[in-house]
Amino acid sequence: MKAKVLIRPKEGILDPQGKAVERALPALGFDGVSHVRVGRLVELETDDPDSLAELCEKLLANPLIEDYEIELNGGGT
Amino acid sequence: MRFGVLQFPGSCDDRDALLACRRMGEARLVWHTDEDLEGIDVVVIPGGFSYGDYLRAGAIARFAPAMEAVARHADAGRPVLGVCNGFQVLCESGLLPGALLTNESLRFVCRQVDVVVENAGTAFTRECRKGDRLSIPVKHQSGRYFAPPEELEALEERGGVVLRYAPGHNPNGSMRDIAGVANERGNVVGVMPHPEHAVDPLTGSDDGLRLFASAVAHAGGHEPLSVSA
Repeated sequence: MKAKVLIRPKEGILDPQGKAVERALPALGFDGVSHVRVGRLVELETDDPDSLAELCEKLLANPLIEDYEIELNGGGT
Repeated sequence: MRFGVLQFPGSCDDRDALLACRRMGEARLVWHTDEDLEGIDVVVIPGGFSYGDYLRAGAIARFAPAMEAVARHADAGRPVLGVCNGFQVLCESGLLPGALLTNESLRFVCRQVDVVVENAGTAFTRECRKGDRLSIPVKHQSGRYFAPPEELEALEERGGVVLRYAPGHNPNGSMRDIAGVANERGNVVGVMPHPEHAVDPLTGSDDGLRLFASAVAHAGGHEPLSVSA
């Protein structure tokens, strides 16, 4: 089964990447954009979707500083 | 007295760490697939970019067979020092609290900084005195120490903050200027500055030697040999 894991910095944690993106936007003419947060997306295929949460806790995300969301693409490959 | 310096694919300060350790005793490299720390008294996890810093700095290295041996070494109360990437690995492994985030500036910083010894009772600071100021270089892009507020309070209360950047010297935005922390027993210590690059006055400072001398005093079970003013 295909799955996507979306990982982002926890709320309240300073995200300098997001800040840098936010500061760059007005120079390109994009005004009014705020609260930019930069995370990452992991795509994977798994035989055992039930283990995904544990996999996220142990490796893909650091639960101390990151939140994650798992999105399963039902129907398999 | 024998030091073991871990070597991961992507480590780059292993040689300097080895040289620093050899000023204090014997030292050998430990390859990341080794599960045996036989004969090693003090473990040093050096700086660099283990496994290319993929995913998060230190995230992959924590699963190396050598790290299981390090965890046992730490559980037995024996000294473990993580420097820079080694500090990141120790946090990812759960051997130390907190995490190291990308520098506030987003830039790689490389400069000599002053740090102040906050806890002189750990395995790597017992040859220092509280309040001592050490000149040691930093060089990193992910060195901003973070812990959730309640964990940070607990850390401060139990004396878990080992080194703090001197006022005006915080290079990365670390919470409360934290440059190094210890576990509760004080045998596992992680620091962002590189003591192994500060072992000779010819290169600016030999203050880093005091961390290695402390480990010798600790592992040997001796009282501190001397405390320089």
